[in-house]
Amino acid sequence: MSIQEKANEIVAEFALFDDWMDKYNYLIELGHSTPIIEEKYRNESYLINGCQSRVWISAEMVDGKMILKADSDAVITKGVVSLLIRVLSNEKPEDILGNELGFLDQIGLQEHLSPTRANGLRAMIQQIKLYAMASEARKK
Amino acid sequence: MNQKQIIDQFPILKQKINQFPFVYFDNAATSQKPQMVIDRLVNYYSNFNSNIHRGVHKLSQQATDAYEHARMSVQKFIHASSSKEIIFTKGTTDSINLLAFSLGETFILEGDEIIVSELEHHSNIVPWQMLCERKKAILRVIPVTDEGELRMDEFVKLLNKQTRLVAIGHVSNALGTVNPVKEIIDLAHKNNSLVLIDGAQAVAHLKVDVQQLDCDFYAFSSHKMYGPMGVGVLFGKKELLEQLHPYQGGGEMIESVSFEKTIYNSLPFKFEAGTPNVADVLGFEAAIEFIQNEGIENLAAFENEVLSYASSELEKIGRIKIVGKAQNKAGVLSFLIEGIHPYDAGTILDQLGIAVRTGNHCAEPIMKRLGIRGTIRASFAAYNTKDEVDRMVRAIHKTIEMFS
Repeated sequence: MSIQEKANEIVAEFALFDDWMDKYNYLIELGHSTPIIEEKYRNESYLINGCQSRVWISAEMVDGKMILKADSDAVITKGVVSLLIRVLSNEKPEDILGNELGFLDQIGLQEHLSPTRANGLRAMIQQIKLYAMASEARKK
Repeated sequence: MNQKQIIDQFPILKQKINQFPFVYFDNAATSQKPQMVIDRLVNYYSNFNSNIHRGVHKLSQQATDAYEHARMSVQKFIHASSSKEIIFTKGTTDSINLLAFSLGETFILEGDEIIVSELEHHSNIVPWQMLCERKKAILRVIPVTDEGELRMDEFVKLLNKQTRLVAIGHVSNALGTVNPVKEIIDLAHKNNSLVLIDGAQAVAHLKVDVQQLDCDFYAFSSHKMYGPMGVGVLFGKKELLEQLHPYQGGGEMIESVSFEKTIYNSLPFKFEAGTPNVADVLGFEAAIEFIQNEGIENLAAFENEVLSYASSELEKIGRIKIVGKAQNKAGVLSFLIEGIHPYDAGTILDQLGIAVRTGNHCAEPIMKRLGIRGTIRASFAAYNTKDEVDRMVRAIHKTIEMFS
């Protein structure tokens, strides 16, 4: 499945929710089920800076594709980052860099995109794209 | 007195958030504004807007009179002995930075010591750290107890011949602790040290009398006491302010300028370079009038009732840990829900129409001291009610249910 197809799938899932409570319950569920990052990545180098919740994101290249893992000490944050991982993990760095991730707007998570929400989606996306960029740079 | 008459003066409180009646418990960050404050701003820009102090035309004179009248209202509000002791700034942070620079240039030498406490907001830490770096001075820190009270026994030990200044918050923004500032001021003065009180969290809740306190400097903001953002005050004793080096240079703060020698203006203008924020100063005066009309004791009585009700209702939930158990508290209730990250709780409470603050509240050192990364903070103003506390309690039950 392409990045876009995975994103469309998430949009379709969120369209089923009648209200905010269903949406947040789903994020909480995702937060509880996200694969936990290996202990070696739970340190300052993989931490996304911010003052609310802590988020760690790791990236490893396997057969030309980027495997992303993440963790957070807050459950909702973990649910949000798990959506990103689902869409972007196991993809080529060039594809990760080329996607605008418009689906986040469509599922009504704009509040997490506000620049004031430290540790919000914006910083997570930036970090993932940095990993992809670094990998691309190494290829050249 | 009828609290409804107070609530009705705040138009913003009539709205709904996510279909729920709006419960605003983030007053320590900024309080809402009564209609009379909003009207004063609109009236200024509709009828008086003009630059002050230099114009000979009618509007400029009216605006100047209004601005200086506001200064006198602030003077009376904090019981200063002269309006020359009232310097308008952008806010508490600006007031403290002004003082750190001017006091530093005038009085602080290598090896001098400045005392702050573990409870302080970053605004009453960082400017002093910067000064200490510039002047090779030393920052000393009063520790706190597990309850969030200052260790006065340790404070006394920190005072010595090198102590130039004690900079202490009147009320803690993170825990709500009311510090024994009168005792601190008296002890510091016996040691020939100056005292700044950061009153940002106090002015809306406590009656402040700078002459009775005998503090040398007192800093506070308009926007935490029902007034507009962008205005604050640095009170300083006249004989001290007169000695201090100016902070920023520019128009207004000078008596005469030539390339050979510039003569600075007299107080308070020496510290007010550039065009001031006239509209918001007038709005600030309206906020003072609001507090005086209602009576600060009456406003505080509503808040204290809500604070103690909220504390006991939260304790009943069971899974709640109240952070900061000082004997004397004002306006702030910090807490944690066992097993739930404050950010998660804050997000769900927001969805339920309840505005609280989560995080470290710009007071990382006290969080570190208590071994936590942050709290959920409900902070109250005179328009908050027990009914709103009940709604928060129900929302907390809902939150716990969602995360279990």
